[in-house]
Amino acid sequence: MKEFNYVITDEVGIHARPAGMLVKEAKKYESKIVISKDGKSAEATKLMALMGLGVKCGQTVTVEITGADEEAACEGVMAFFKENL
Amino acid sequence: MQSFLGKPVYKGIAMGPVVVLKHDDFQVKRKKAEDTEAEIIRLEQAKEQAEKQLQVLHDKAVKEVGEDSAAIFEVHQMMLEDEDYLDAIHNMIQTEGVNAEYAVAVTGDNFAEMFASMEDDYMKARAADVKDISNRLLKNLVGEGEIDFRSMEPSIIVAEDLSPSETVQMDKEKILAFVTVHGSTNSHTAILARMMNIPALIGVPLNLEEIHTGMKAVVDGFQGKMILEPTGEICRQTSDRIGEETEKLQLLQTLKGKENITLDGKKINIYANIGSVGDIGYVLENDAGGIGLFRSEFLYLGKKDFPSEEEQFQAYKKVLQMMAGKKVIIRTLDIGADKQVDYFTLEKEDNPAMGYRAIRICLKQPEIFKTQLRALLRAAVFGNLSIMYPMIISTEEVTQIYEIVDQVQRELEEEQIPYKLPEQGIMIETPAAVMISDELAEMVDFFSIGTNDLTQYTLAIDRQNAKLDDFYNPQHKAIMKMIQMVVDNAHKHGKWVGICGELGANPELTESFVRMGVDELSVAPSMILKIRKAVREMKVLPKG
Repeated sequence: MKEFNYVITDEVGIHARPAGMLVKEAKKYESKIVISKDGKSAEATKLMALMGLGVKCGQTVTVEITGADEEAACEGVMAFFKENL
Repeated sequence: MQSFLGKPVYKGIAMGPVVVLKHDDFQVKRKKAEDTEAEIIRLEQAKEQAEKQLQVLHDKAVKEVGEDSAAIFEVHQMMLEDEDYLDAIHNMIQTEGVNAEYAVAVTGDNFAEMFASMEDDYMKARAADVKDISNRLLKNLVGEGEIDFRSMEPSIIVAEDLSPSETVQMDKEKILAFVTVHGSTNSHTAILARMMNIPALIGVPLNLEEIHTGMKAVVDGFQGKMILEPTGEICRQTSDRIGEETEKLQLLQTLKGKENITLDGKKINIYANIGSVGDIGYVLENDAGGIGLFRSEFLYLGKKDFPSEEEQFQAYKKVLQMMAGKKVIIRTLDIGADKQVDYFTLEKEDNPAMGYRAIRICLKQPEIFKTQLRALLRAAVFGNLSIMYPMIISTEEVTQIYEIVDQVQRELEEEQIPYKLPEQGIMIETPAAVMISDELAEMVDFFSIGTNDLTQYTLAIDRQNAKLDDFYNPQHKAIMKMIQMVVDNAHKHGKWVGICGELGANPELTESFVRMGVDELSVAPSMILKIRKAVREMKVLPKG
């Protein structure tokens, strides 16, 4: 399992459009990708659950990645966060 | 027969069937499904149909209003693919044995509820998106579908209010008129109507429950009146008037490609006022000689951060290339506390019209200004650009602007980036600028008189305040004298003068302005040919 923390810098947090893009990114990989914040968690392939976390600017999320391609997935998702969130 | 009064936003007349657009909630009945497999198949079909609809909407929006505004349809598509949402609907159909409609409605409500209960205002608003996709599925399930604009006969669109996502899906050829219960003269509907030359009324006190699609109506944009189920006599009169108007419009069309020249040989320029790249089609269609006022705010509004130099450069370049050598006057940033742009972090002001806005922001926060200037100077290489600075009250401001422009030029020089220094002019929209127009004329290449603000500042009348309507006279003698003064001072120094406020678009005043010596009139695209007609029918020297 791979894991990393990320502090959201996007002004409106994980809002609809980047959440949608994250879903697309997450679907590229076989691994299960779980985003959690304050004890609530959501799979990165599920748009509404992801938005339902209500992640705002300045908050820290934990990303857990488990599966056969977790190395690549971790790299891809981390790059995605840096670029878009 | 019933008549209603409203505020006209475009003068025109139309008659035809009404189409009522409602944002209605569905009444869905719970039914026992005999065959749950069949329900699932119906659901899948409705979903496929919805995906296609959203794709069409998205593509259309990209073309007409740009990538950013179109993104919402992409989000809707993704929501429709959401596993939790779809699983919940499937489960409900299978375990409770209910019809697809009921499962969609309940699931949609549950998810909307989840968003509505979130703290964040942004997320709260997403409840509407969930409802929107659920309604789309429901409409597809019950086979009601959206109004099919392809098979619709040309109609009068009646609604509470229209959102950009609604107007974008309309086939513009099929719209005879817009009538809305709400909306302001600056609403999306109003702007669209003016661009498209379609009669429109806003603020019409209608009860949409009592109006049905298919009823006949007359919309009179001259008198601000809508008549429902008109009598035969009124229909005949209206037909005659529509005939006259069409004839006038056709006559106007014959003026395309003709010069803006008076009977005794004086030529003036007639340019267009626009606010987005998407409007350029209307500029070309109405045969404008150029763009006299391109409001650059569209680059700043609806964003979460300042537009980058590259983004601005690309937008300006595109405009200049599309106008292919015709003059394009871009006004630098005119934003103040009255416009909602969060990242400017402007404080609330009691009197934003007289507050921290436009050039004042640019001079106090030169970094914002420099980014825009760099983009403009770089784009100038690709066409016939002029830059115009708003809200000037002193010569010192112009000096300061030139210092910043100098810096920008030096930087571009050092970085070896190609650029061109375009013609630079100022808006004359404060009484102060009028009084010192003699000195200002020495410093700049041209003036453009912004009569809307100039009138408001001169008469001390807030135009948003309806109580003052009786006192408001846009053709006040003071304004006319000011325009004459500005023209005389500009000409003394060999500079040209335009008018880009609403006053310039009044064909009844065209003769006066041309006689005063105004060199250019910049008006809404739909008014170009009307002003051209007025110019071609007048003489500068009366009788002789």
